[in-house]
Amino acid sequence: MDLKDLYHEIIVDHNRRPRNFRRIENATSVSEGYNPLCGDKLKLYVVVENDIITDVAFEGSGCAISMASASLLTERLKGKPASEAEHLFGQMHDLLTGQGNEVDTEKLGKLAALEGVKAYPSRVKCATLCWHTLHAAMKGEEVVSTE
Amino acid sequence: MSTAVDKLDKTPLDVATLREDFPILHQDVNGKPLCYLDNAATSQKPRQVIEAVDRYYRQDNANIHRGVHTLAERATAAYESARERMAAFVNATASEEIVFLRGTTEAINLVAQSWARPRLEPGDEILITELEHHSNIVPWQLVCEQTGATLRAVEVTESGELDLDSFEAAIARRPRLFAVGHVSNALGTINPVKHLIERAHIHGVPVLVDGAQAAPHMAIDVQALGCDFYAFSGHKMFAPTGIGALWARRELLEEMPPWQGGGEMIKMVRIDRSLWNDIPHKFEAGTPNIAGAIGLAAAADYIESVGIGAIAEREEHLLNYATRVLNDLPGITIVGTAEKKAAVISFVVDNVHPHDLGTILDDEGVAIRAGHHCAMPLMEKLGLVATARASLAFYNTTAEIDTLAVALRKAQDILG
Repeated sequence: MDLKDLYHEIIVDHNRRPRNFRRIENATSVSEGYNPLCGDKLKLYVVVENDIITDVAFEGSGCAISMASASLLTERLKGKPASEAEHLFGQMHDLLTGQGNEVDTEKLGKLAALEGVKAYPSRVKCATLCWHTLHAAMKGEEVVSTE
Repeated sequence: MSTAVDKLDKTPLDVATLREDFPILHQDVNGKPLCYLDNAATSQKPRQVIEAVDRYYRQDNANIHRGVHTLAERATAAYESARERMAAFVNATASEEIVFLRGTTEAINLVAQSWARPRLEPGDEILITELEHHSNIVPWQLVCEQTGATLRAVEVTESGELDLDSFEAAIARRPRLFAVGHVSNALGTINPVKHLIERAHIHGVPVLVDGAQAAPHMAIDVQALGCDFYAFSGHKMFAPTGIGALWARRELLEEMPPWQGGGEMIKMVRIDRSLWNDIPHKFEAGTPNIAGAIGLAAAADYIESVGIGAIAEREEHLLNYATRVLNDLPGITIVGTAEKKAAVISFVVDNVHPHDLGTILDDEGVAIRAGHHCAMPLMEKLGLVATARASLAFYNTTAEIDTLAVALRKAQDILG
């Protein structure tokens, strides 16, 4: 385990300057994620038009891992087909928990920077919170809690 | 800084020798010497406690209060002498006033369910404070839901002290009980419990003191305090987990009905009715944590051998030193600046979330707590989601506090 694998420069950058950190007034789905264990909270706004995610943004507070994960999520999904959300949810779950199928990290691009989390079991939920929130938003659920 | 060190060196405790009593402290974590600063979560155990538990299982283990054989008699004697030891530890007048339980949480639940529940009616109030640990909040919420009573809380000031005006206003409403922590686990605030108890009694309000954080740091004297219930946990005071005690005045225990039924808590059982055992046994249904009670008594002996006064003095020096070191670091704010504090320092670091701090410090071998410290209402009041918390015991050293400071700088370098 090396801290540099956890606090990869991409993660540090996205924590310092989260992308798409804002509210969307006319979002087609909004979902709130909450981790009662550490108090991390985030609200994810998604705009889907003709099966395309035309805008996605978030607000909230949390540790560097949860903030960076959410920021990377929004950056990755903007402009992508709605089906990509569910696909990435599965991929990220497998990557972060080290369970399930082998993940092709090259295809994940910057998101692969989160892989170091799997060596820190107590921090996995920090990284997965936004992905569970996305999963809930795409299903039309308003609140999700990871505990 | 040098003044604090000089003064520390003059404290009577031979810390290097005392640290030898704690086997767990002598190990590396992530390649660095362990620097255990999470004592408010749980304290480490000296070999005197570990050996007492070990000896009990190797030599005396038997069920208590029933066997006529030698081991049963030895185990019973050891368990009941542990009760006497703990009665002396809190300066109770009689050992029957000590009920062995799993810990502070179970003790408070017992008072809520056995003492408060039969008395509470809709319109009644239970008074707590905003400083409380969840274990001194939720049991009262449960009993309020069951009875229609209302739970109110004394407000806390920005420095993390109880607002005495808020207390006076609330106590004048004559709640059925006032339940207050002796020492705040989240901020370290030492509450003026003796004063609060006196004021509460003037209004005829009985007082429960949650002593979980006080027991390892200061002499407990229930007679001098004048409280009605005092709850504490073994594991915070160098004893095993899963054992603690409730002290209550005899007449209160006598009028309380049993909370859990089972063996040991009865004198006679028929299918249609039973006759309860005397106090304290009527609250100790089932085979108790015998080894835990023996370990708890050994911990009380250990504290006495070190000297509670010397422990308190040592911890105050460590607290002053750590407070100065953290105040000298840029970008760090101490949360909780009460005038009277135990050796607990909650703090936040600019641009570094407490959970990241916890992980980065762990990489340096430094164990701290990050989070809401089971005091979510307090965190909300202070406008915080979480803090980092370093909590010190007498066996900690100024060198460990320096290690903490270096690790904090590293965290700031990585994320700040």
